[in-house]
This record gives sequence, C-alpha cells and structure tokens, in this order.
Amino acid sequence: QLPARVPGRGSSGAARCRPGNGWAASSGLPGPVQNQMMHSSDAQGYNPAVPGSYSHPKVPPHQPSGQYNYSGSQNVSQFNSYQGPGQTLNRPPVAPLSGSPVQQTGPVPQVPPPALQNSAAISSAGSFPPGAGPPMLSNWQYSQSAVSHPAGTPPSHLAPGTGTGSAQPSPSLSGNTNPPGSYQYAASPGGPSLHNSFMKPGSAPPPVTQPLTPLHPPPRPPLGPPPVGGPPLIRPSTLTAGPPNTHCTSSIHLKYLSSLLLATPHPSPAPPNLKMNRNVGYSYPALPPGYQNTSPPGAPGMQASALQYPDGSKHFHQPPLGTNHLTASMGSLSLQQEGLRPVNLLQERNILPTTILQAPVPNLHEDIQKLNCNPELFRCTLTNIPQTQALLNKAKLPLGLLLHPFKDLSQLPVVTSSTIVRCRSCRTYINPFVSFLDQRRWKCNLCYRVNDVPEEFMYNPVTRVYGEPHKRPEVQNATIEFMAPSEYMLRPPQPPVYLFVFDVSHNAIETGYLNTVCKTLLDNLDLLPGNTRTKIGFITFDSTIHFYSLQEGLSQPQMLIVSDIEDVFIPMPENLLVNLNENKELIQDLLRTLPQMFTKSLETQSALGPALQAAFKLMSPTGGRISVFQTQLPSVGMGALKSREEPNQRATAKDIHLTPSTDFYKKLALDCSGQQVAVDLFLLSGQYSDLASLGCISRYSAGSVYYYQSYHHKHNPVQVEKLQKELKRYLTRKIGFEAVMRIRCTKGLSIHTFHGNFFVRSTDLLSLPNVNPDAGYAVQMSVEESLTDMQVVSFQSALLYTSSKGERRIRVHTMCLPVVTTLSDVYAGADVQAITGLLANMAVDRSVSATLSDARDALVNAVIDSLSAYRSSVLSIQQPGLMAPSSLRLFPLYVLALLKQKAFQTGTNARLDERIFTMCQVKNQPLVYLMLMTHPSLYRVDNLTDEGALNINDRTIPQPPILQLSVEKLSRDGAYLMDAGSVMFLWIGKNCGQSFISQVLGVPNYGSIPQNMTHLPELETAESIRTIAFVSWLREQRPFFPILYIIKDDSPLKSSFLQNMIEDRTESALSYYEFLLHIQQQVNK
Amino acid sequence: MESVVFIFSLIDCCALIFLAVYFIITLSDLECDYINARSCCSKLNKWVIPEVIGHAVVTVLMLISLHWFIFLLNLPIATWNIYRFIMVPSGNMGVFDPTEIHNRGQLKSHMKEAMIKLGFHLLCFFMYLYRLSSCPSSLV
Repeated sequence: QLPARVPGRGSSGAARCRPGNGWAASSGLPGPVQNQMMHSSDAQGYNPAVPGSYSHPKVPPHQPSGQYNYSGSQNVSQFNSYQGPGQTLNRPPVAPLSGSPVQQTGPVPQVPPPALQNSAAISSAGSFPPGAGPPMLSNWQYSQSAVSHPAGTPPSHLAPGTGTGSAQPSPSLSGNTNPPGSYQYAASPGGPSLHNSFMKPGSAPPPVTQPLTPLHPPPRPPLGPPPVGGPPLIRPSTLTAGPPNTHCTSSIHLKYLSSLLLATPHPSPAPPNLKMNRNVGYSYPALPPGYQNTSPPGAPGMQASALQYPDGSKHFHQPPLGTNHLTASMGSLSLQQEGLRPVNLLQERNILPTTILQAPVPNLHEDIQKLNCNPELFRCTLTNIPQTQALLNKAKLPLGLLLHPFKDLSQLPVVTSSTIVRCRSCRTYINPFVSFLDQRRWKCNLCYRVNDVPEEFMYNPVTRVYGEPHKRPEVQNATIEFMAPSEYMLRPPQPPVYLFVFDVSHNAIETGYLNTVCKTLLDNLDLLPGNTRTKIGFITFDSTIHFYSLQEGLSQPQMLIVSDIEDVFIPMPENLLVNLNENKELIQDLLRTLPQMFTKSLETQSALGPALQAAFKLMSPTGGRISVFQTQLPSVGMGALKSREEPNQRATAKDIHLTPSTDFYKKLALDCSGQQVAVDLFLLSGQYSDLASLGCISRYSAGSVYYYQSYHHKHNPVQVEKLQKELKRYLTRKIGFEAVMRIRCTKGLSIHTFHGNFFVRSTDLLSLPNVNPDAGYAVQMSVEESLTDMQVVSFQSALLYTSSKGERRIRVHTMCLPVVTTLSDVYAGADVQAITGLLANMAVDRSVSATLSDARDALVNAVIDSLSAYRSSVLSIQQPGLMAPSSLRLFPLYVLALLKQKAFQTGTNARLDERIFTMCQVKNQPLVYLMLMTHPSLYRVDNLTDEGALNINDRTIPQPPILQLSVEKLSRDGAYLMDAGSVMFLWIGKNCGQSFISQVLGVPNYGSIPQNMTHLPELETAESIRTIAFVSWLREQRPFFPILYIIKDDSPLKSSFLQNMIEDRTESALSYYEFLLHIQQQVNK
Repeated sequence: MESVVFIFSLIDCCALIFLAVYFIITLSDLECDYINARSCCSKLNKWVIPEVIGHAVVTVLMLISLHWFIFLLNLPIATWNIYRFIMVPSGNMGVFDPTEIHNRGQLKSHMKEAMIKLGFHLLCFFMYLYRLSSCPSSLV
C-alpha cells in the first residue's frame, strides 16, 4: 500500500485558491500567516518529527501509525476533509475546534502547519520537494490515494492493491455528494463488491517521521511542553469558559462552509453540499450533541483561564448546550401533536395516506435526530419511551424493536482502528449519543459509567485534528462498521464454505427443479461471495446419500454412495469440500451432468435427516452454509415425518399442526449453530411436507426458508422464474459467517423476547451462524426500572461477523429515543407499522404455543385495549364514534390485514405448509416487506402521468397515489397494480382503455390478453415506458424479485388478488367497516 | 413400620432438596451467562424424570401408609410435575427447551418454580423429621 497521498480534484482546487498560504506555511515564514498558525496549529504540535523534544513519555498520537486505516472507497472526493483545518488558517477569529498547545502556559511553539495542509497545498503548488509531502501522510493511511487520477476528473477511488470488485465507476460524481475521504465508505450495492474495497489492517506502512525534517531543522529549540497533553492539558474548567454557543456554532459553520466551497471547484451552492455531506456523517455543521457538560468541575479557575487565553478557550469546542439540550426541542412537537389528534375512524373514509407511510420521527433535538439511526435499520414501536412499566401497561401497546441490521447499505463508514472504544462495564460501543464530560472522559449512554478516552481516539482522522474525539466517525455515525482486531476472534476467520444438498428422489426429478438450480448455480458460480479460500461441495440423496469427490486430477467427479443411513459417515476425509477456484472445471462439469444423472431413478424415499447429518458432519470443522433442496416429506432414517395435514379440518382453526412433530430438526439445528453452520431450506413441494418440523432446521441455525408450492418445470413456469430470480439473489447476496449479535439498551429497559431466525445463546447474545441482508429481527422489551431522570434512552445492536473476504467486522447501529411521562405522549409517538410488525411476530408465537384462534383474539384485543385506554385516559371529551389518536389511525386496518393474511386467516384457503411458510416470513422478514405482504399497495396505472414523478438517473418514475384496498376503488375501465411485496398483480378491467391494452400490454384487445402473462413487453410508447419504469422502480426497492401477474376477470389468480382487498368482506372475515363497528362495540363497553 | 416410611421419605426429601438447589444453581448460572442455554437445558432435562418419580413415590407412599394430610399436601406439586412433563410440545427438547428458555420470561418462571419447590421440600423435610421423632418405635 502506497501511503502517498496526492491531492485530487478537491484539494488542488483549494490549493489553487491559496497557494501562497500553503507556501508560507510550509516554509515557516513569519508574517501574518504565522500569527494565525499559532492559534490553529491543530496537529502540528504533535508532530512525530520532533519526538525528542517531548519531555512527556507518552507516545505521540501519530505513533500508532498504520493502526488507523481509513480508506475511502469509490465515490469519495477525498480532500474535503483536509481542508477544514487548513481553511481556518485564514480566519484568525475562527478558532479551530481542537485543543492546542496554546492552552499551555509554556512558550507557544512556532510550529509548522499541519502536515496534511502542507502537502496538500504544496504538492499542487509545486514548491515542495517532491516526495517529501506524500510520506508525511503515511501515519494515516488513505486507501483512496488518487495518485493516478488527474485532478479535476471524478475518480473512482480504488484501494490500490486491495480490492478489485469495487471498481465500479463512481456514479455521476459531482463532488458534492461525496463523503470525506478520510475513512472508508463502502458503497455496497447489494453484493459482494462491498468487501472488495477494504484494506487489510496489516498493510500499514511504517511510521514515517522524516518528512518534516526539512521543516524542523535540528537546531530548532524544543517545542515546549508536550502538546500531547495528557490530562493537565484539558482542564475541565475551561469547558464552561468557552464562548457562547452561538459563536461556536457559527464558527464551525464558517469553517465548514469555507472548506466546502474551496474544496469543490465547481460553483455549486453551498447548502446542498451541506446537506449531502451530512448524509455521510462527516461534516455535521452543528455541534456535537454528545457534549452535555452537566457539571463544571473546578469552576473557580475557569474565569481566569478564559481571560488569560481568550483564544485558547475557543479550543474547548464544547457547546454549552446544557442539560436541557434535548428537551429544548420540545417546541418541535408539532409533528407529534399531529400524532395525537383524535380521529373518528368511523367517519373518516379515506384514512389511508396516498403515499408510502413513513416512520414517525422521534421527538428529539434536531442535531441528535440527524445522527439517529435510519428507521429502516432500527425501529422502535414507541418512539416515545414510557418512563415506567405502569405507564407502558396503561398504554396497552407493545414495546419492542424491529431490526434489519445487515441491510445492504449504499454508504457505510468503516473504521479500522487497533482499539475499538467501548464502555468498560457494559461493553457498549462508543456512539453519537454518549456524552463527553471533557476531552478525556466520556459517559456511556447505556450504563452511565464514565470511561476514559484512549489516547488514540483523541486524533480525528477525518479532520486530521488532534483533540477532537467527538468528531470522530464513531461519534458522528449511528451506523458504523469496525474492522475487528484479533481479540474478536475465537479462531481464525473461517473461509466461505457452501454445501448444496439436493433431493434426487423420483419425485424431485419429476419436478425438474434440479435443472433450474444447477443452471442458476452454474451461471452464478463466479458471483458467489468469497475469496480464494471459498470452498464448495455437493451432496445428493434419495434413500441413500451420495457424495461427490472433486479431487484435483480427476477427469470427472466421482460419486460415493453411502447406504447406511442409520449411522451416517463421511466416506472420505477430504475432496468432498473443495476450493472453488482451483477445481472450477470439475465443479462445472458436475453441475452440468447432475440433472441428467438421476432421470431414471425410481427411488421414492427421501432420507433428509441422514443427509442433513452427513452435511453437518462435513461442515462442522469449518462452519458455513448448507442449502437444502427438498421436495417431499422425509420418509426414512432419522427425522422421518408423517403427514399430519387433514384437508377436511382446514376450516376449523383448532387442531392444526403448527408445532413441530419431532425435536430432531431442532437438535440438529442447535448442533449446527454450535459449529457455525446455517441451513437454508428450499422446499419445492406439491404435497404436505410438514414445514413446521422441517423449518426448525433453518429457524434455529439462522438460515432462511423458501417455499415454492407445487413447483413444476412445465406446469408451473411462474414458480420456475421465481426460483431462478430468488436463487440468484440468494447466491450472490452478501453473507456474514460465524456471526453473533447483541442488542443492548439503556439501564432500566430489558429485552425479554426475541423473534427471528437464530438461537439465543445467552441472555442477550444471538448466535447467527450466517447472517444475510434480507433477514429482519424483532425483540420485545419491558421497563424494569423506571427511567426517572432520563431524557433519552438508547439502543445499540452490534453484529460481529466474518465477511466473505475473511475479515472480522462489527456493524453497530445505535438509536436514541426520548422518554416521556404522560400517556398522551406515548400515543403521540406510536409507530403503527412497527407495532403491527411486532404484534404479528407475537401472534405467530401465540399460535404455536396456544392456538390460532387465541392468536387472532389477541390481535383484536390489542386494538380494543389500546383504543379503549386512549379513550378513557387521554380523550378529555367523550365523543361518539370510534376515536383513535392520529398516530394509530391505521392500527385497526393493519390488524384486520393481519387477520386476513395467510398466516392467521381462517377458512379453507390456506394450506398448512403455506400458512407456516407465511409465519416463517413474518418472523424473518424486515418490517418494510412484512408490511407490504400484510397490506399491499394498490395503484391505478392506466392513467399514469409525469405529474409529481420522481427523477432518478434520468429516468422519470411516475408516482400514482396509493388506493384503498377495496373493490369499490376498482373501476372496470382501469388497470390496477397491486404490490404485495413478493408478488405483484396487474388487474385489467373489462372495459380498460384500448390504448392501455395495446400500448402497454402490446395486444390488440382485452380478449387476447394471454392467461398466464407475467411480463410487460417493452414497447416504444410513452405509456409503456412509464408503466415499466414504475414497475421496475418498485422491484428495485427490494432485494428479491416480485413476479408480476397480469390478470383478467376470468383468471384463476383473481381470487388471490381479491383476497388482498383487505377492506372488503370475505366469506369468513369482516369488512373494515364491520371490524370498526365490532371494535367500537368493545371499546365503548 | 411408621418409622421406615418416614426414614425413607426423609431421604427422598433430601434428594429432592438437593435437586431443587441444583436447578436453582444451574438456572442462575444461565442467567449470569456462565453456561449457555444448550448445556443448561440438557443438564436440567436429565433430572426432570428423577424429580417426577422421586416426588410421586413419596406421595404414593403417604397414600398407602394413610397419612392423608401429608398426601394432600404433596398431591398438587406432584400433579404439577407430571402435568408439566406430559404437556411438553412434541417439538421441544424437554421441559427446559434451549430455544425458548430466554423468551417470554421462561427463565424467571422456571427459577420461581424451583424456589417454591425448594421451600416446599424444606417444609416437608422438617415435617417428616418431626413425625419420625414423635414416632414411638423410632426411639427404640
């Protein structure tokens, strides 16, 4: 790794603006510049170039060079960040934000400017000896050394010598969308490429100290007291002696703005820059919200020091926001007040918003909210946390979190640091919501312990300023990823290991799935996330188990048959799992021949249990992922199951078998979990296959379940396409191995129930042998000790995993929410989608542990209880009708939707496996998809216009309003698109406009629309372009591929379409209005 | 005869007390993360049947020896033990299931149950001891 850093566009632009300054600075000339430097010598005093002059034994902060390893990946315009300290040089009144030697009583050192500024200015100004500038930066390694990029072109920054996969062209770089380059932003466009842009921590360059020697001639006198400072440097007293808050803020603004303006050569307005940059967490113009200097210890001395060192006092950037920092925002209650507005549900007909419902914004101070975790990743059912359990009980709403921790993110700051700063008692990772008591101490926001800030943390690699721990990326981003050092490994990171287990019994061959799977696998073999260590293996089974030796040197794969299924053994110790890259030809050969090998098979038995045991034995030394394809009920060996479905009893909600019939699969899953093996189950079955029992294998080993009902390659082509698309996503998506997740929350709150696919290994540690970006989790919480005197509480999830590149990483999300004391505030902050999601999870548990009807009752009671509590405790004036707070106005609708969903519906429609699969989905899907699955969105698409359309990358995406799910909204002369998450329906009315039929569907008239149409033809008409743009935009928003069914009045799928009409009455369920009446009756009782 | 019954009950009761203490210790180990759910549950499940049998034996013995009061005292807990054992869902790995023990406060309720049993067995212990000492033949 070349440590050299050559300015790219940003810095050269800046340097052009003020080459003189840079030159003067570098040569240390006295003059006007010098004066400024005295105040703003951020990093210079700590330069390792003069270690000898430090009397202090402490290691200068630069010494651990290479331990920080901030590297920028693609769209990074790197040098914005460096400009910060540099710019301040121009503005004497604007104090830099860091502590500096000026604080010292000793002689103010005449020091050179910050190294970075130096080189940035100089290398472009050309007045510096070549070669001297760049190495200076080696202390902080930047992977996005833009050496090869001519200044002025948008570079696609690659970490030289590391990744290759991330070499995607940076999308339309315009400089202002760019995160700062000082640490690594991995754009993860949903695939393996994410890993490629990271650097190995070992690639750190040696510490370079000489480059500054020309600036510091040896005879130069010592620089006075060690600026590294240690505790005496940071006098707490000065904290409060700082200038007024406003001044401080504005100064930062100025500094920030100027840096941006100078850094971006093209004349783009500043405010957008600000905004864009904020997204990436580096340059929050506002003050660190973490600073709440509650107590001014040693206050007496402060006045004096402030007077004595007026400039120095500014270095204590601590904004005196005071304790009321958070509650100051209570003025911004308007949004929340809106949440409390009573709505009479019986009277408001059009209650559904016409746009996608957004998560409510917690009522926090703007600065904190800005830092808060994205609601897509981390969401709480109550954005105002009740102070006591009694208050929570009164509200009758569930308190819980919904997480999507491993979501594919387009921008994720990645930090490599030898020490990860964590609370010493509760092990919380440092996060934006901690408070810094002073520069050297921070107070944990979960357990309130006061911790020391490690020396290393004092240096901010983003701004390259010493003494700004609160500006570090860790404290500026609620979502961050750490590269974990070796303490976080129990064993060396495992290689990615993939094992495929195929059912090849007669029944399986009949469905023809093997062809599709092998072909998809063959196509995506190179896209499997992994590195040179990736291993792959195959097992097939019917009543016996077949292994495939892929030994190097064999001309073709060798099949080994084990027929002893009572006591399964591995026929040969190696070559069953082989390196993917070294044996690719053999593997391809196998995948090509596999579908034909069993076409004559007459074996109908299926020994799934023994096959899984064999797979487990094969995988247990390394861990990894087992993908099982099963097409029928396992019938021989361990884990054989019997059919339990009785079609006649489907109608009654009682006596259906939602519980597993054996503990074999659960035990095996726990064994797998212990060996870091996850099992993903693909069930492609026409008959009952007891998913309730089989699903356990995935559920407790953190796998996922896919179900393709009645899969057949000829009879059911739609399922074939679905399998293809989903398998492609499954094979190529990101994967994390040997993962564990811990969710921590502020003292007083406790998590008591977990939902999702994993094994709870100890009280709060979730064991996830594999983690994938499509999995969601939920937890329920209770308030154990009342949260008195707390204004906010925080939640933190930390996911430690091994990436497919063999790096150990920790992804941390932190969310901060306010605490409230009144019931009305609790209602005002209710997040109806999250509540519905959590209730659905709880209802699945209930239907398994009790009965389905119990679960349904519990869902209805949840609505009744919360609305009657609202009515009796919050509403002052009793009005007739069914009153609900505006925040919960959709609650009855969503619960009704849940009751009509496959998982919880009554009636004969749902087959048992289908119902259980939907329950698996409820448990394992992120909230967004769960909500779409429960309450689909309906759009009218035959009259799409560009009005209010979105513009993304030169594409115009129309935004039709969302309609209520009722047949009354359908008109015969329209066409309607229903987006139900994993499927989409396009319903064409009988009298639909001729233009739509011909110009979008490409057929002459209604009658000639084919029965099984699943594609929209790409036509050259405006209507077609609009419709296709809209449908593909909807599809792009989710990782899986929803199939589009085009249906007419006489289509067999029409019933599925109509079943999603939640507000209408069905044979066994109430209409929305009836449901409301029922609720009203119960509430007013 | 009487003394033999109570001597046996006393020994059995001691065993049950030890068992209850063992349950409490193991569960609190789990609570403090000293052991993981898997090993905790497999340890405890081993002792569920001995506990059921041990308690059922005393109860039956009291019935046979016509100590009605002690029998009625023991009956509810013995019934609960048997009921709990029978009602384990087919997919669970025993009374203590590692995948569920951390959910819905199960750990706490198991703990409470073990505590109550400990108290009950201690009470029984002293009762048997008293009956034994007041038994005339035992003094011989």
